Amino acid sequence: MAASYSFIALKTIWIKECTRFLRIWIQTLVPPAITMTLYFIIFGSIVGERIGDMSGRPYMEFIVPGLIMMSIITNSYSNVASSFFSAKFQRNIEEMLVAPVSTPVIIAGYVGGGLARALIVAVIVTVVSFAFVENVSINHAGILVLTVILTSTLFSLAGLINAVYAKTFDDISIVPTFVLTPLTYLGGVFFSISLLPGVWQTVAQANPILYMVNAFRYGFLGVSDVNVGVALGVIVAFNIGFFLTAYTLLQRGVGIRS
Amino acid sequence: MKALSIKDLRKTYKGGFEALKGINLEVEEGDFFALLGPNGAGKSTTIGIISSLVNKTSGEVNVFGYDLDTQLVELKRQIGLVPQEFNFNQFETVRQIVVNQAGYYGVPREVAHERAEHYLKQLGLWDKRDSPARMLSGGMKRRLMIARALLHEPRLLILDEPTAGVDIELRRSMWDYLEEINKQGITIILTTHYLEEAETLCRNIAIIDHGTIVENTSIKRLLATLNRETFVLDISRGDEQRIEPQLDGFTMRQTDDHTIEVDVEKSQGLNKVFEQLSAQEIKVLSMRNKANRLEELFVDLVERGRANKSAAGAK
Repeated sequence: MAASYSFIALKTIWIKECTRFLRIWIQTLVPPAITMTLYFIIFGSIVGERIGDMSGRPYMEFIVPGLIMMSIITNSYSNVASSFFSAKFQRNIEEMLVAPVSTPVIIAGYVGGGLARALIVAVIVTVVSFAFVENVSINHAGILVLTVILTSTLFSLAGLINAVYAKTFDDISIVPTFVLTPLTYLGGVFFSISLLPGVWQTVAQANPILYMVNAFRYGFLGVSDVNVGVALGVIVAFNIGFFLTAYTLLQRGVGIRS
Repeated sequence: MKALSIKDLRKTYKGGFEALKGINLEVEEGDFFALLGPNGAGKSTTIGIISSLVNKTSGEVNVFGYDLDTQLVELKRQIGLVPQEFNFNQFETVRQIVVNQAGYYGVPREVAHERAEHYLKQLGLWDKRDSPARMLSGGMKRRLMIARALLHEPRLLILDEPTAGVDIELRRSMWDYLEEINKQGITIILTTHYLEEAETLCRNIAIIDHGTIVENTSIKRLLATLNRETFVLDISRGDEQRIEPQLDGFTMRQTDDHTIEVDVEKSQGLNKVFEQLSAQEIKVLSMRNKANRLEELFVDLVERGRANKSAAGAK
C-alpha cells in the first residue's frame, strides 16, 4: 500500500515538473536549439573547416556529442535548480513537506523532471545537428543511453543541492556561471585532451565533465580520450555521492524547515 | 479519542529564541478548537510542529494516536493544513493545485479529479478551475487553500488565520462551511485574530502567550468568568441639547453629547442603569458591547500572564 502511495506521489511530482517546463517551453526548449545552432555554425562550419580532423573525425562530427552533452548538463541542472528554488521561494514546497512524501520520492520526482527536460533538449539538439553533419552514426547505443541518463541524473541532483542552499535567485546562477560553464568548456567538448601539453592532460582528468563528454562521444563515434569503463565508474560514483548529499540535506530540512 | 495531544512541547530557534516553553494541549475528536494568542505568541510554531514544517526541540505530539517521531507518515495523513500565507504555485491552475496535493497523499489521479470537482464546487471555485492561482482574489485564494487541505479527506483540519483579509460576507460563508464540515466529523483547530470568530465557531479554547498556555478551557466556561462588561448606550431626550446623565453606583464616561459608556459588574445587572436613565427622562435608543466579550477576557488573561511573569522575574 505504502509503495503504491509513493508511486502516485512520484508520478504527481514528475507530471508537475514536466508540466512546468513544457508550459514555459519558449524559455526552456527553444534557447538550447538556438544556442547550439550558433555553436554548429561558428565552431563547426566557419572555424571547424579550417581545423580539419580531430581524433580521426571531421571537426563538426567531433563536436556534435560534446554539444549535445553540454545541453544535457545545463538543462538538467537549471531545471531542478530553478524549479526547486521557486518552490522554496513561493513556499509551495510546503505542499510536499506536510504530505507523507518520503525524501527519496521528492528527489526522484525532481530528478525525473530534470531528466525529461534533458532528454527532450538532447533530441532537439541532435535533430539540429542533422542540418550540419551528414552522417550521424551511433556506435554503442547502450553506452550512449546510459551516459545520458547518468549525466542528467547527476546534474539534476547537483541542481537540487544548489537550490537547497540558495537563498536568492542569484545563488542558483552562480554555480552554472562560475563552475559548470568553465568545466564544460574545458571538458573536451571542443577539443581532444591529447592536444594539451603533458601536465595539463593530467589536470584535465580531474574534471568530471571530461568523463561524461568522452563516454557520450564513445557511444556516438566510438572514440574517447579516457577509458569508458573508468568514465562510467566516475559518473556513477558522483551520482551516489550527490544523491547521499541531497538525501541528507532534505532529510535534515536544510533550507526548508526551521 | 484525542485528535491532538501535545506534551511538554518546546522549541528554541537558532539564535536562542525560545518560541515554545513546554506547552501541553489536548483536543478531543470532533471538537472545534480555537488557539488564540498575540502575534509572536507561538501559535504558528505550534501548528508548524504539528504539521512537521518546523522541527521541535523536545516534547511529544500525537495526532489520533499517531506519534510525530515514530509514525510520521500516518500522522501526516490525518492532517489537513491551511496556512496563514498563500503557499501554492501562483502559476498553476486551481485544479492542478488541488489535484497535485491529493497526489502527494497517494490519492489516485481519477479520484483526485472527482474530489476536486466536489470541493471546488462546494467552495465556489469550480468556475475558476482552469484559472492560474495568481488571477484569484484574496478570498478565493483562501478558499483554494481550504479545498486543497480537504482533498485527501483529513480527520483534523488546522486553519491558521483562515479569514485574514476576507470581507465580512465571505467570512460568514466560510464560517458556515467550516461549521458544516465540523458537523460531518472533522476536528478543527483554528487560530484567529477575530475573537468574534472564535466565540461564534469554537467550543474550546487555548490562549497562548510567550510560548506558554495561559488558559485552556471551554468558551462557555471562559465567558462565565467575565465579571465586568462595558456597554455603549446611544441616548436621547427628544431635543438636540447635550445630555449629562447621572448614574449612581456605576462607572460612566460620556464620549459625546448623546453617547455614554457604562461599566457594568456581573452582579449589578442592567436594570438599574435603565431605571436611573428613565427617571431622568432619558431614552436609550440603542445599546452594544464596547468590545467583543472574548476580547476583553483575552486582553485580561494575556496582561495578567505578563504581570505574573514580571513579578516572578522581579523576585
